[in-house]
Amino acid sequence: MDRKPIYLDYSATTPVDPRVAALMIPYLTEHFGNPASRSHPFGWEAEKAVENAREEVARLVGADPREIVWTSGATESNNLAIKGAAHFYAASKGKHIITIATEHKAVIDVVRELERQGFEATFLEPEPNGLVDLAKFKAAIRPDTVLASVMLVNNEIGVIQDIEAIGNICRENGVIFHVDAAQATGKVKIDLETLPVDLMSFSAHKTYGPKGVGALYVRRKPRIRIEAQMHGGGHERGMRSGTLATHQIVGMGEAFRIAREEMELENARIRKLRDRLLVGLQTIEETYVNGDLAHRVPHNLNISFNYVEGESLIMAVKDIAVSSGSACTSASLEPSYVLRALGRSDELAHSSIRFSLGRFTTEADVDYTIELMKSKIGKLRELSPLWEMFKDGIDISKVQWAAH
Amino acid sequence: MAYSDKVLDHYENPRNVGSLDKNDPHVGTGMVGAPACGDVMKLMIKVNDAGIIEDAKFKTYGCGSAIASSSLVTEWLKGKTVDEAYAIKNSAIAEELALPPVKIHCSVLAEDAIKAAVADIKAKQLAAKEAV
Repeated sequence: MDRKPIYLDYSATTPVDPRVAALMIPYLTEHFGNPASRSHPFGWEAEKAVENAREEVARLVGADPREIVWTSGATESNNLAIKGAAHFYAASKGKHIITIATEHKAVIDVVRELERQGFEATFLEPEPNGLVDLAKFKAAIRPDTVLASVMLVNNEIGVIQDIEAIGNICRENGVIFHVDAAQATGKVKIDLETLPVDLMSFSAHKTYGPKGVGALYVRRKPRIRIEAQMHGGGHERGMRSGTLATHQIVGMGEAFRIAREEMELENARIRKLRDRLLVGLQTIEETYVNGDLAHRVPHNLNISFNYVEGESLIMAVKDIAVSSGSACTSASLEPSYVLRALGRSDELAHSSIRFSLGRFTTEADVDYTIELMKSKIGKLRELSPLWEMFKDGIDISKVQWAAH
Repeated sequence: MAYSDKVLDHYENPRNVGSLDKNDPHVGTGMVGAPACGDVMKLMIKVNDAGIIEDAKFKTYGCGSAIASSSLVTEWLKGKTVDEAYAIKNSAIAEELALPPVKIHCSVLAEDAIKAAVADIKAKQLAAKEAV
């Protein structure tokens, strides 16, 4: 390969910001102490760095630093929050959990595991625009509902849920409310001082920090209790044992500091680029945006190109790094469960592409992408019998297909 | 996923893309697969009075391996009798393209497309005979 493809997959992961990397390195070699070592300066120095980072993470989301628990990432945070709260409160509140069908697997599979342990779960279908209907959410609450988990920003379609309204419903009904905010930091304003949220999961690597570190917000007022999932030295006030990864934590703190200071400007710039991409791609016939456009982070564009198959599309656009709505590389050949939950047809779900823009995306990248998509989709449609049928005026949904 | 050079070649430069006149009594059409499954293949063959396939065209909605499988069979079909065409096995297609196990279904679909096109031309020939 002559050169690397243009990276438009910032929702999968982001590069570590060079400022973040520079700050992390000394904590690997020079300041290598264990933050739990209380008897010498190596430990004190590491502890100070960890607490400084904790403050930065707390500041970005309007929390108290004492409400931040370090984890290995958002998956662990989700596990700790959902299992931890469900187990702690099952006896007093009940064993019913509500979540959304379009949640990340790190929430859905945790809830499925709790079902195996005897909990009951409601997987609420969102509206066709990807947003949760508040009345339907309210109706799903039962007297024995212990916990609800709703993501702030969807990883595939970028829609922003009304966490405040959902949280208020939870409060009124005594339901513990967990929010997966892995895709939200640096993209939407989060103020936990006012938001009625009890537990919130964060990831560093979606916000220009390193992989392998995350955090869980655990509300102090009113205090939310969780059962530890990792036992050992009693770190993080007993909620998550294990020696803290100082360099990773320092990286997350710096990444979140940069996000707090720069997100407003950065989001305005990225929104312009995203809108430019949208306008460019909409000149292609038969394209459909997946998910609500108004309630959406500026970084995300998820779009289906009708009559073109997803995996061949990914092959055609190998000069850009994007992600496809169909998991065709696995043996299962499954279209995206998120798009299916929105009621998208299998064909449209298969032919979707998620473009996610970020800090280092340029206008030239966007223009190149538009031209590439135009030419490649034109070529694939020339090859597509479905496109030919569409052009001949045949309604493909009315054809009897032999499923195989 | 790593594709073989042959798959990439057929995908980048597909052979015999297009359609033939489906109303032509010498043209047989096979359309197999389903959009919901992510693959649809349309194969058209033109058979002369001696029973030899003179031309073959395809259009495929599907992954790179599906496109390559159908492109490859259009090359193989030309010059064959319909009975020889009917005998083409998916394993030969899979072997030629070095398809990985998860893509074997693409070669199966291509075999099905050949069989459907042959069945269509035979039905047309039978109908023509009965009309005489």
